[in-house]
Amino acid sequence: MDVSQYLEVFIDETNEHLQNLNTSILDLEQNPDDMDTVNEIFRAAHSLKGMAGTMGYKRMQDLTHAMENVFSKVRDGEIKVNSAMIDTIFQCLDAIQEYLDNIQGGGDEGTNDNAAIIKSLNGFLTGEGAGAAEAADEKPAETDKPAAEAGSSSSDGRNKWKDIKLTEEQIDVIEAARKDNKNVIGLTVYVQEACILKSARAFLVFKALEELGEIIVSVPSTQDIEDERFEYEFSVILITDSDVEAVIKAAKGVSEIEDAVGGIVEETAAEAKPAEASEPADAEHAEEHKEVPTAVAAHEGAGNKPATEKKKPVVNRTVRVDIEKLDDLMNLVSELITAKNSLVSAATADNESANDVGEHIEYLENVTTSLHESVMKVRMVPIESVVNKFPRMIRDLQKKLGKKMELYMSGEETELDRTVVDEIGDPLMHLLRNSADHGIESDVKLRKERGKPEEGSIFLDAYQDGNNVVIEVRDDGNGIDVEAVKAKALERGTITEEQANQMSDKEIINLLFLPSFSTAKQVSDISGRGVGLDVVKSKIESLSGEVDVKSTLGVGSTWTIRLPLTLAIIQSLMVVVGDEKYAIPLGNIQTIESIRPDDVKAVQQKEVINLRGNIIPIIRLNEILDCQSAKAEDEDLVVVIVKKGDKQAGLVIDELTGQQEIVIKSLGKYIQRSKVISGATILGNGEVALIIDPNALI
Amino acid sequence: MDEVKIYSEAVQYIKIEMGTELFGIDISYVDNIVRPQHVTRVPNVASYIKGVINIRGEIIPIMSLRLKMGLDEIEETKSTRFIIIKMEKFGKIGLIVDAVKEVVALEDSQIERVKVDTSEELAHFVSGVGKVDGVLVSLLDLDMVVMEKSAKEE
Repeated sequence: MDVSQYLEVFIDETNEHLQNLNTSILDLEQNPDDMDTVNEIFRAAHSLKGMAGTMGYKRMQDLTHAMENVFSKVRDGEIKVNSAMIDTIFQCLDAIQEYLDNIQGGGDEGTNDNAAIIKSLNGFLTGEGAGAAEAADEKPAETDKPAAEAGSSSSDGRNKWKDIKLTEEQIDVIEAARKDNKNVIGLTVYVQEACILKSARAFLVFKALEELGEIIVSVPSTQDIEDERFEYEFSVILITDSDVEAVIKAAKGVSEIEDAVGGIVEETAAEAKPAEASEPADAEHAEEHKEVPTAVAAHEGAGNKPATEKKKPVVNRTVRVDIEKLDDLMNLVSELITAKNSLVSAATADNESANDVGEHIEYLENVTTSLHESVMKVRMVPIESVVNKFPRMIRDLQKKLGKKMELYMSGEETELDRTVVDEIGDPLMHLLRNSADHGIESDVKLRKERGKPEEGSIFLDAYQDGNNVVIEVRDDGNGIDVEAVKAKALERGTITEEQANQMSDKEIINLLFLPSFSTAKQVSDISGRGVGLDVVKSKIESLSGEVDVKSTLGVGSTWTIRLPLTLAIIQSLMVVVGDEKYAIPLGNIQTIESIRPDDVKAVQQKEVINLRGNIIPIIRLNEILDCQSAKAEDEDLVVVIVKKGDKQAGLVIDELTGQQEIVIKSLGKYIQRSKVISGATILGNGEVALIIDPNALI
Repeated sequence: MDEVKIYSEAVQYIKIEMGTELFGIDISYVDNIVRPQHVTRVPNVASYIKGVINIRGEIIPIMSLRLKMGLDEIEETKSTRFIIIKMEKFGKIGLIVDAVKEVVALEDSQIERVKVDTSEELAHFVSGVGKVDGVLVSLLDLDMVVMEKSAKEE
């Protein structure tokens, strides 16, 4: 059955189920007895299994089947949820995610059987939860510990093949080969760093090796190598009749290969049997056994060139759309057709109805404008899809770092353009990791001394603020040690002593955003590699946003990401100044007042008005915007009162034309944007109106 | 000059008129040529930037090539056009020109690189001079044209 047409749906839905599972299992950890959650998990696992089966992803199906079994028993009350089980389930979800990533990358689920996870899942079924839990804590591939240990004890760093983790099947194959008196050779090949076509070179090496024998494992996988997803080295395990020297020579024979190191893979299992003299029949069998995979590999090799084109991600990016938005669209399209029809009839009718044409066109214009806006709205998705994975991440970090912390999120429903939502995941993840790793104090005593609860809190808040969406990552941890940053900057030569003395705390904190600047005393794999904050900054800036940090030592830090809603639609007040039209975002406006000219008083050379006891400075927009007011001096002033925080100001305009929903567009890179103008919008008649940013005026 | 028609490696230029002179704009930069439309003024920008226009939902800044080159501004005429060029660095930018003539193809051999001692201010913006049917066409260096400062202001 050709299921490729369902692939997109499959990937989308699997992602959704995985997300659901992650969330539900986190819930379950909090309330192990909540049957609703268990049921939901069971359903999701069941659907996953069914979908994987339909699509023919056998490994994924087996894994989800094992998971489903566990929850089936939990549901029936036969076994209890415990923390070991939760850990295993999370590993299982990660493994499914890995399958999914593989499928998304190349259309194949990959070759990892995750036998260890399945085994420990099955362990829970038989009630030996505690025993299985230990196994589950280890990484799946480490079941063949002997091999790994033997590898690490003699590993000299370059012989990376010794670190290759083997699955049970692969071990079986190796055992069989040994019996046949074949050599099992591990090999690590280093490609020259100047090499451009790494994957092509790797392919040649593979080809050369396949002439000598059968490659049973490669790290990274052949798929990754083909896609150039590897550094400058890769390792393989080869079953061959040749000796180590011949193999190394074959690998080095390929140009642009810097080096190749290898050796015999010794014991793979504790009870490796001594090689026996093989019987003729066996040898024949082995011959066949060897022949087939080689042929397959060669076939793959031959078909490699055209295949690479297909290796591009097979999936289009999709947006899931709220049915209401689609209904809106559909409705508008039907109106569009009506409008077209009335135009057609007007054109074919007598001249009498010619007057109507103008009306019809106006109607048509209205419809198309609304249509345009609706389509824009379809592109907006809630940031939920990105932030939902964070609770799980924090949970994992909590275990890894041994700190207690909790993530509180709000504003997940805030909508952003799909392209922006896709991009902010990484920067946010980085900031959260940063907070978890560096922010929250490792020392519980220290937290107590500072009067903070034992459990650290990390907050992720998203909200819309005028033309921006603001995402804040906040923690109640240690805060940034300005002195430490300063010392580090001096040490690195980023700034001079003189500069350091002149810099404000804020300026010093901003040094953190410079490339390769990490104050972490110890490099950890969570954060603190010196890449990061600068990446966060550049990423946010590429989305034309800004990132800012406020921090108080001992109290905590707040990272604020401000993203403009480039495609956002906002409600705004349309005003006229001189003979030009401007839009003022409604969100900033408090009231609109009519003020008599003699009520304007001067205080310290600034014009102010007294509005119901509040003294509010007024700003004449025509002066700011550098144009002539069309009003006479003695006419009443139209003042739009805007607020920013607790500050207020009155903007003097000439005329109000009404309220309108507008689509914000950028003025582009060329115009050095004056601060007052935050963007532009296109009016019904096709002209452009500029959007005033009241925040910049106050 | 008879074989002018077939140029395999020639670059095509759009010939425009500014005052009495002819200029060439490399056609590969040109996105669109439109008739003048309402330009929305943007406050507090350089004087040669006349404002922004909307072309199919895209906001595009418009600059007066005359002002940028230090010529006097003139009233819009029937032949005035906006040439929308697309620059890698700045995106789309519209140039107001007096008139758009035809497209000409110029081979390297027909182009004379400009000497530095040209007294005119315009020389900043000209990368070379091409000869088409005996008429000189100054080829505009668009990177220089869209640079921040105009010749006069510096």
